[in-house]
Amino acid sequence: MWRWFHQWGSPKFFYHRSGALLPVLALASVLILGCGVVWGLLIAPADYQQGESVRIMYVHVPAAILAQSSYAMMAIMALISLIWRLKIADAAVQTVAPIGACVTLLALATGSLWGKPMWGTYWVWDARLTSTLILFFLFAGVLALRNAAGQSQSAGRAASVLAVIGLLNLPIIKYSVDWWFTLHQPASFTLTERPAMPFSMWGPLLMMVVGFYAWFFLAWLIRLRHELVKREVRTDWVQQMIKQ
Amino acid sequence: MKFGAMKPQRRNRLLLVLGLLAGVGLALTFVLKALNSNINLFYTPVQVIDGEVPIGARVRAGGMVEAGSIRRSEGSLEVAFTVSDLAGAAFEIRYIGILPDLFREGQGVVATGALSQDGVFFAEEILAKHDEKYMPPEVAMALDATKLEALQP
Repeated sequence: MWRWFHQWGSPKFFYHRSGALLPVLALASVLILGCGVVWGLLIAPADYQQGESVRIMYVHVPAAILAQSSYAMMAIMALISLIWRLKIADAAVQTVAPIGACVTLLALATGSLWGKPMWGTYWVWDARLTSTLILFFLFAGVLALRNAAGQSQSAGRAASVLAVIGLLNLPIIKYSVDWWFTLHQPASFTLTERPAMPFSMWGPLLMMVVGFYAWFFLAWLIRLRHELVKREVRTDWVQQMIKQ
Repeated sequence: MKFGAMKPQRRNRLLLVLGLLAGVGLALTFVLKALNSNINLFYTPVQVIDGEVPIGARVRAGGMVEAGSIRRSEGSLEVAFTVSDLAGAAFEIRYIGILPDLFREGQGVVATGALSQDGVFFAEEILAKHDEKYMPPEVAMALDATKLEALQP
């Protein structure tokens, strides 16, 4: 297992091996997102209370799920970068932060557009909305710190520490609707209970979630490969690639 | 991978990060506990009845709209209704304005406004809460039909 870890931690090995994943992820995200959009926006039924507005769910929920799990992935990469000083982990943190920020912004924006017709307001300072806004600021903070001071090593460490500390916000987001009185409703999906919606609704939702993940890994991989080449531009393997 | 087998340098860094995480986590827990009542978006009916809500201050209060309690006045947008916590506590809300689409009996609402001396809540804004359940209209109608049948012996 350690050998595997070290191999993939090498920028050269990672760059050459990960290239094969790009077309797979690209095809998967186009197909799954395409089918999910058609299924969710055209075929899935309207809601008995919310009518057609419920379709915002097919973008809002995947964005919110991805926002939180991409943060968790960034924090794990930051932890690896702090402890093992793996260069590739630091590049992973740097390249995932803007994607995470965008996805969080998408969750906030779609939630706001959903809130107006249903709740009667675009924004309210309840615990779920506020903690998600903090998630956005955390992404933005990590991004800003990482790119501060001419991309130095110490900037990378500071960004990583912030990313790891920010992990504490994830349980707050998750349980905010249970711990406090909020305007946002509790979760529709739990590990122990059946989904609070029929298959005709959670089917397309699940498809959109998978599609969002495929797109996310594609975007991350493209950015990470680009960043690795940029950082290693003086090494032999990059110079060889340029010559070819 | 054994913890003891880690290089001392890395182990120390791991411990440092975990210690930092635990420390900040503990501090955050206390802060959130101390701010608990401020983080809650609205006062519950029990809190309104028990006098925990400052009279005349701009606050939010919420609950479930009681069935049959909605009274609309003719010729104006004025509406009065009772919200309860489904456990006995209830108070009256008065409001002039357009209600959200989701407003109906049995629906959760959060009102922004002020509580008067006699316990009536004068709202400036009404927000509707909805639950985590979603279903197609036909299913909801079928459910209602079975409920009605069950009520009629």
